[in-house]
Amino acid sequence: MIVLEKRQHPSFWMTYLSPVISIVLTFLIAYFVVSAMGKDPIKVLSLFTLEPLSGKRAIGEVMLKATPLILCSLGLAFCFRSNVWNIGAEGQFLLGAIGAGGMAMWLTEAGVAGAGWLWVSLALLLGAFAGACWAAVTAWLRDRANANEILVSLMLVYVANLLLSYLVFGPWKDPKGWNFPQTLRFADSLSIGRLGTGMRVHWGFVVALISAAAMLWLMFFTSLGARLRVGGLAPGAARFAGFSSRESLWTVLLCSGAFAGLAGAMEVLGPMGQLTPHVSTGYGFTAIIVAFIARLNPLACVLASFLLSILMIGGELAQSRVGLPASVSSMFQGVLLMMLLMVDSFINYRLCWRPGAAKGLKPNA
Amino acid sequence: MHELALLIAAGIASGTPLLLAGLGLLLNERAGVVNLGAEGLMLIAAVAGFGIAFYTGQTWLALLGGALAAAVFSALLAWMVVYLNTNQYASGLALSLFGAGISAFVGAALVGKKLEIETSEKLPFLGDVPFFGPALFQQHTMVYIAVALCFGIVFFLYHTKTGRLLRGIGESPASAHALGYPVQRIRWLSLVIGGAFCGLAGAYLSVIYAPLWVEGMVAGRGWIALALTVFATWRPWRVLMGAYLFGSVTMLQLHLQAIGIEIPTQFMSMLPYVATIIVLALISRNPHWIRANMPASLGKPFHPG
Amino acid sequence: MTEASRLRLQGISKSYGSLRANDKIDFDLKPGSIHAVLGENGAGKSTLMKLIFGLLQADEGDMFFDGRRVSWQSPEQARAAGIAMVFQHFALFESLSVAENVWLGLAKTWTLPAVSEALRELGQHYGLVVDPNAMVHRLSVGERQRVEIARGLLAKPRVMILDEPTSVLAPQAARALFTMLRTLASEGCSIIYISHKLHEIRELCDECTVLRHGKVTGRVDPRQCNDEQLSALMIGNAPPPLVRASLSLSEVILKVENFTVPALDDSSEHLNDVNLSLMSGEILGIAGVSGNGQGLLLDALSGEWCDGTRRERQVKGAIRFQGQAIEAFGVKQRRRLGIMAVPAERLGRASVPELSLADNMFLLDQGNDWRIDRPRLRRAAASVIEAQSVKALGPQALASDLSGGNLQKFIMGRALQAEPQVLLVSQPTWGVDVGASAQIRQQLLAHRDAGSAILVISEELDELFQIADRIQVMYAGKLSPAIARQDASVELIGQWMGGAWSADSQSSENVLMGAAALESQSSLGA
Repeated sequence: MIVLEKRQHPSFWMTYLSPVISIVLTFLIAYFVVSAMGKDPIKVLSLFTLEPLSGKRAIGEVMLKATPLILCSLGLAFCFRSNVWNIGAEGQFLLGAIGAGGMAMWLTEAGVAGAGWLWVSLALLLGAFAGACWAAVTAWLRDRANANEILVSLMLVYVANLLLSYLVFGPWKDPKGWNFPQTLRFADSLSIGRLGTGMRVHWGFVVALISAAAMLWLMFFTSLGARLRVGGLAPGAARFAGFSSRESLWTVLLCSGAFAGLAGAMEVLGPMGQLTPHVSTGYGFTAIIVAFIARLNPLACVLASFLLSILMIGGELAQSRVGLPASVSSMFQGVLLMMLLMVDSFINYRLCWRPGAAKGLKPNA
Repeated sequence: MHELALLIAAGIASGTPLLLAGLGLLLNERAGVVNLGAEGLMLIAAVAGFGIAFYTGQTWLALLGGALAAAVFSALLAWMVVYLNTNQYASGLALSLFGAGISAFVGAALVGKKLEIETSEKLPFLGDVPFFGPALFQQHTMVYIAVALCFGIVFFLYHTKTGRLLRGIGESPASAHALGYPVQRIRWLSLVIGGAFCGLAGAYLSVIYAPLWVEGMVAGRGWIALALTVFATWRPWRVLMGAYLFGSVTMLQLHLQAIGIEIPTQFMSMLPYVATIIVLALISRNPHWIRANMPASLGKPFHPG
Repeated sequence: MTEASRLRLQGISKSYGSLRANDKIDFDLKPGSIHAVLGENGAGKSTLMKLIFGLLQADEGDMFFDGRRVSWQSPEQARAAGIAMVFQHFALFESLSVAENVWLGLAKTWTLPAVSEALRELGQHYGLVVDPNAMVHRLSVGERQRVEIARGLLAKPRVMILDEPTSVLAPQAARALFTMLRTLASEGCSIIYISHKLHEIRELCDECTVLRHGKVTGRVDPRQCNDEQLSALMIGNAPPPLVRASLSLSEVILKVENFTVPALDDSSEHLNDVNLSLMSGEILGIAGVSGNGQGLLLDALSGEWCDGTRRERQVKGAIRFQGQAIEAFGVKQRRRLGIMAVPAERLGRASVPELSLADNMFLLDQGNDWRIDRPRLRRAAASVIEAQSVKALGPQALASDLSGGNLQKFIMGRALQAEPQVLLVSQPTWGVDVGASAQIRQQLLAHRDAGSAILVISEELDELFQIADRIQVMYAGKLSPAIARQDASVELIGQWMGGAWSADSQSSENVLMGAAALESQSSLGA
């Protein structure tokens, strides 16, 4: 019968092939599901793969959506490597949006003009700070009260969502907005500069790329990064070495919160131009998947962000062109992660054929 | 007085999904497996249950269908986590994300539909008792079934051989394996059955409690149920008390408004989540107490042989 | 006439991947015999027992039980046939009672009340007293072993296998165990006794099969052999005897005064008014069965739990290094002073298994920069590998690739390279083969001769008698007074391991000074 046996060493090939195999498997499942729904599977799959890359404007959209994913996943990779499970990046993203959006709103109402990039930078920093503060709640509760960071950060996502809802339905609602839950549009000078004409992608993309390089350097070339990695691999050894678990906890959570908050701020000051309840299309959660596919490596985070950005855009296209529900994208994201986890297990295990009961001998009563 | 009785009744009804999911998670965690997919399972069961109720009009079929749907996906998670030894946290998370996606996908056609089934029944005699009648005995049958399941779990864990074995596996799968028990099979089963409980919780929400289907309607109850097992230090009766307590907190917002306290609805809606955080923080402050009660192998992979 | 065998193995082999754990093993167990299986760690004893017990299936070979060929697919079948196993690491569930634990280990036909009753009867007959209703987490290690044995006995076994049973027992308790085993054997049960302790085997067993590197190297009657012969079969050739210089002390460098760490609950370790003085130039041995507070003592001395944890509440007493109070000092501060610890857990604490040996140097040496200096770490690792003759592919080899002995050599070498003034070692040769053990012990002696102060916590009394100058015993969180090695005997230490020491003994420093004086006198006179 077929048995799962542990390998002596992790398989070299599987480590790198696994994401590829998972993607292929996900597409296969997508093919069958879409067929079962009566839609043309080839057409839908091309919407998910080729369409988003056709033309300058399309590629710009991919880069635009990849920006918050890169930033969030960098922070999450940092956390996960230290065994801190920050699942609440979505909440930190929202707080960043609220922070930057609030400042932009105030500035717009005050009629501030000139030196837009200065104000934009300040607003972005405020957003990063707000995200870091939200993450600090989780860090503080884990540090002082040993509270499980998965549950706390997740609960804070719901709270952040409700907070945003309160603000845009209530005190921050645009009086001239026909009672829609949204703030006024921010002044044009308060938006992040675009990278090129005809594209919506902005300088935030460049910031994201620079951040990836910075994280790579931090993780693998600095003493701090090494301390954090040891803490994630073997907490007992980190204690033995005298590394402070408190230091690593706060460092990774604040960093992750800041990145997520920055991403939220960029989203609000960039393509959106105002605060609405739909500031995030689940970036914080998609970033978790990105981080896993990237195996927590900063450079791979960039690649994986592109992949998932393409998938997200594909989902939107499938909704508008073929009539699939909007949630098709998040469903396949979930499938992709599950496939990845299953295929990953073959890095450490392999299928073997073991002949049954030895040599036909029967046990004695 | 009548207000108080109604509040209690509402709290019990609201707490029942937490109780069911909490019991299911209790089974999982007692066997040593942490199931972060609870939210996803509840969503899958909610959409499945609603769909079955909508198309067949049969309440009990819908509840069973929901439980079954959740059990199927639980089995998949169980296979990954027990036999392939994938990371329990990541796998559960993946299931939750997947569950959110697939339930929204499948349920897109069901949004806004109405069900024609009764929701609350009155128990004869008991239902007419002053105060306690309205408070406790005018619930849907599912509420009483949930309480009965709690009894059942207590009996199973503490008075049967398999239940003791389950607790043993949660503490030390290596010892159970050395004694010759099929640890992996038992863990797999506990995940499937626990998942079915989560399914009952989800289906109850969409078919009986609400009853409607809307994307993401479970609204974090799966996560709250996870916190509940910690809060209850993995004991069934405490899960019951905690579930009803949390249910009441959720109901509090409506009654505060009735009394005339004006707080924006969003802040009231935050109550259950904030309460969860506070409770988690208070409970976890003594790490030793947690460790003394927690199944020792919780979250750790187990390789036989 | 040769008796029929109870259990016979012929040509049994088992491999794990490329590792041949058992290689064509022949084994013959007679009824009523107490048969030792001798071999050092890694010789293949555990694998052989797992094969006999049904936890594993052999790749080749045959097994015969009472003359009939058998091949058990599960422990259930082996148990049904009459084989009982008492594991070295107990297969017990702490959150269940004694009776429930035993019940789970027996065949389906037993009921819980029947088990309780049978346990009480067992107590009378074999002197194995256990309370069926006690919760296992409250029991001491010796009591837990009794539960394991009781579980084995209730199945009325024809073969009982005991795996290193005395590793957790004080000498007196071990004697009691032997008496029980002799009673059992006289009733016709065959006993397989796995151990690496030569004197025990010669005292208890009438037959002995010796394993080395998975093969049988000898089948002897241990009562007719001496230690050297058994040792030779076990390891091939005896390692050179240890060399030590005469005792030459300077001052007290580390002092622990009235140190108390309260228990957090019934079953956690605690320290109760612990006093010790460590002098430069000596090795102080701490004896005692694991779990009596040694782990906590090491953590307290190394500073590991002072860093950012909340254990400092209610801790009383002082730790002084050269007179300075250092209780609040963290790990790095203590290392800067020259205090280095080598814990018992090699993988996961002293080293990170997934990292290379070079990266593992980082645990002790983070450099002064915020950058990582990889070349320096590689060089340092290479020098340790060479100095300690560690069998590894180089500094880039992963810690998890090394064998236990080699990893321990590396860890010890890494600590010694820093030339510590105070070295705190726990279980230095646990799970390490004899050759590496000898090397490690010799190095400890060499550093002691060079003037370092060394504290060795060890469960192996033999080891402490080999290398320690003074010995103290840890029991239930309390530390006995120190006694010079010459004045100590296995009997005395055995008693102390049960807590029976008298508080009034000479100040041990004086004792030691006296001993040192005697030694130098005798060396002069020789």
